[in-house]
Amino acid sequence: MSKYLLRRTLISIPVLIGISAVLFTILALAPGDPFEELATNPNVPAEVRMNLRAKFGLDDPLPLRYARWVVSMMRGDWGFSFVSRVNVDTLILQRLPATLIVLGSAQLLAVLIAIPIGTYSALRPYSFFDQAATTLAFIGFSLPTFFTGLLFILLFSIHLDWLPFIYRADISATGWRWYWEHVRQAIMPVAVLGLFQAASMTRFMRAAVLDVIRLEYVNTARAKGLSEGVTLVKHVVRNALIPVVTLVALQIPTIFGGAIVTEQIFRVPGIGSLLIASILANDTPVVMAVTFIFSCLVVASNLAADLLYGWLDPRISYR
Amino acid sequence: MDERELKTLLDEVKSGRLSRRRFVQTMIGLGLTAPMAAHILASAGVAQAQTKWTFNPTKRGGGGLVKTLWWQAPTLLNPHFANGTKDQDASRIFYEPLASYDPDGNLVPVLAAEVPSPQNGGVSKDGLSVTWRLKKNVTWHDGKPFTADDVVFNWEYVNDPGTAAVTIGQYRDIAKIDKLDSHTVKLSFKTPTPFWSAAFCGPTGMIIPKHLFQPFKGDKSREAPTNLKPVGTGPYRFVDFKPGDIVRGELHPTYHVANRPFFDQIEMKGGGDAPSAARAVLQTGEFDYAWNMQVEDEILRRWEQGGKGRADIVSGGNIEHIQLNNTDPWTEVDGERSSIKTKHPTLSDPAVRQALNVLVDRGSIQEEIYGRTGIATANFVNAPARYVSKNTKWEFNVDKANQILDAAGWKRGADGIRAKDGKKLKFVYQTSINAPRQKTQQIVKQACTKAGIDVELKSVTANVFFSSDPANLDTFPHFSTDLQMFTTTMTQPDPQRFMDQFVSWEVASKENKWAGRNPTRWRNEEYDRTWKAAEAEMDPVKRAAHFIKMNDLLIQNIVVIPVVFRPRVAAVSNRMRDVVQSGWDGDFWALAYWSKQA
Repeated sequence: MSKYLLRRTLISIPVLIGISAVLFTILALAPGDPFEELATNPNVPAEVRMNLRAKFGLDDPLPLRYARWVVSMMRGDWGFSFVSRVNVDTLILQRLPATLIVLGSAQLLAVLIAIPIGTYSALRPYSFFDQAATTLAFIGFSLPTFFTGLLFILLFSIHLDWLPFIYRADISATGWRWYWEHVRQAIMPVAVLGLFQAASMTRFMRAAVLDVIRLEYVNTARAKGLSEGVTLVKHVVRNALIPVVTLVALQIPTIFGGAIVTEQIFRVPGIGSLLIASILANDTPVVMAVTFIFSCLVVASNLAADLLYGWLDPRISYR
Repeated sequence: MDERELKTLLDEVKSGRLSRRRFVQTMIGLGLTAPMAAHILASAGVAQAQTKWTFNPTKRGGGGLVKTLWWQAPTLLNPHFANGTKDQDASRIFYEPLASYDPDGNLVPVLAAEVPSPQNGGVSKDGLSVTWRLKKNVTWHDGKPFTADDVVFNWEYVNDPGTAAVTIGQYRDIAKIDKLDSHTVKLSFKTPTPFWSAAFCGPTGMIIPKHLFQPFKGDKSREAPTNLKPVGTGPYRFVDFKPGDIVRGELHPTYHVANRPFFDQIEMKGGGDAPSAARAVLQTGEFDYAWNMQVEDEILRRWEQGGKGRADIVSGGNIEHIQLNNTDPWTEVDGERSSIKTKHPTLSDPAVRQALNVLVDRGSIQEEIYGRTGIATANFVNAPARYVSKNTKWEFNVDKANQILDAAGWKRGADGIRAKDGKKLKFVYQTSINAPRQKTQQIVKQACTKAGIDVELKSVTANVFFSSDPANLDTFPHFSTDLQMFTTTMTQPDPQRFMDQFVSWEVASKENKWAGRNPTRWRNEEYDRTWKAAEAEMDPVKRAAHFIKMNDLLIQNIVVIPVVFRPRVAAVSNRMRDVVQSGWDGDFWALAYWSKQA
């Protein structure tokens, strides 16, 4: 097991180097300029812009810039944003809590909806409940989040005036009010993301349970007199969870990476909105850091998913 | 009324033969606005009552929280590093300049005790120096006094190339600053400077404290903790800042203006998009103020009917215009398209330019596309009023275009497209991707087709079009097409900087990595001369005449075709009072005076 872990970790090093090189090249090739606004401002002389470019090393050849980035990254120095002149790690840490709260709750909501509904649908396939759940699931994942987000805003904020649609990370209230305000503003983004995730996850869960429920060991469990509940939880759901775990594990990087569209609509100050703002401003160090962390998480969570299988299914062994 | 008559009148006012009041009335009779008449007087050196804005009286504090929304989020809080207006606005909550510009482009003292003028001896006759008297008893948020040393330091800080300040353009023409006493400074310029308020005034003039920034002058400028935690003199002091998200401030209890500010806290939230920001003010009332409403006027009008808020529209100098290439974009010379060694094959014929000029249906563009947010115009300079030419007019007339082209010998071919000497009237017309611009392109194209001109439309993403990337052909300074359209911003109430986009030494070329400010590559000796004359002219009336002449040269030679000038639009809650925008300064120029009805 530890040997397996070591081997997988070693393999991921060249993978990450490759990813970073590709990301860096693409970003360097992309058109645009971090000092765009200065270029169109008549009061800023061109020399100022040239000076800034030289100072931030933007005029150096690409391999040199990449080498410089790798070296400082190894030393734990993530560089600083061209736009705000703040260190990149500070920026990311500031954004992480909002993203974790919103996306974490959304993922949790999705799991809480998908597992019971998916299982129940599979137990009574083609029943009215199953048909209804299937229809809703299809509607759920065919509607993109930017659309449901806007619908929610129109309905709950503008027509009913129940919920705020602008997310504020620092709310000045204290005590219970503070929690209440946070919950209130998180309801819409969490619901939009959670329902979207839940839709596809429900279908997965249903398929997985259907696969398992006809197997002989389930009949055996029933035959030896185990109650329906115990059979379901210990024998059916546990085995059916394997594909769902893969799905959830692969979603974990997304939780850290933020949901660009949803964060933008509700103005959630998370990683996703940081990424899109940095891309629009051509703020390479920030884009590079966020995308690179994202790829590290993808690699790591793949590994985590593989390890989780072993716990869920003891027959899987690592060599 | 020509310049001489005006001068005679002004002399009469000066000598006391004509009262100020009568003069203003005469001017209004001639179709000028009162503030403009007052300005002619002020700039001609007639003493004026200090411009005083009448704001509703308030007491300090008790106003609760004021919530503002910027759909581009501020990223830093050092005014000398500001990447755009969002950063300048965020900094303006905490920092203040010596003087701000009001909506008419006049100076209003903030940290200065009074605005320098030739009458009070502040502005020297030769235009080589300006003396500012500073307001006394102003304290920084940390309790230290604000003095002349701070003013001198700001100049040194910005002028140090290691600091990499973006405001250097405003400060580098100052030869030296002398501290005359603890609250008086004298600025000496390298050359006579009629527009002496570029430094220390308006959005680029905010003053940062010497005692906190002194150790971070030059190469260490990025490390200053106060870049993100400002300590200023403004109405609100710093509470919290998350770059790209939110700025918060609280009342500064010893603010230097009595009974101000009204609000206890201020919040400036950033991010998202313009339409939903407009909704948050006009429809739900969640926010009190939203910046830069780039939203179709029709939608704004619909939301205004809810009665919660209104669109506040104030005119500035931004102009949406079509540029005509003077060089040949389709021939490469020494690895450069649109090289000044070439001449445009068809646009070099004045008749073609005249025809295009009457084919732009500015009236429909205003009516159908921009509404209150873009006003049809024949001029390149549209504000302040004293610089606006009255000699120009625009028209839309397809028949006239056809006549002009027929007369010049451009004959329609079998395909309906005009040609002469084997050269066809085919143009590529580029602009950035932006819905109103694409609609405008369509309107122009339709009219051109009727006149036998074939127009191919091209749109480039804004990120590329407005970038300064020397390697990309699609940026506006490269101008690799025949026609292009965009908005040029005029950020100062003085057109000198604004008009340098047509001088011959600013032609964008490979040599200057396309950083030159003149994309049309138009070169005209008379224009160059007039520009240089205006730069050194201390007589405000003559100077205004120079700018009007430059504008007229552009219009007569059809270097550009102005389309609409674009006022600034903000969304303001109906409960807010005294939220006055100025087209020449940041949205927060009068923040200290904002208040709200109970």
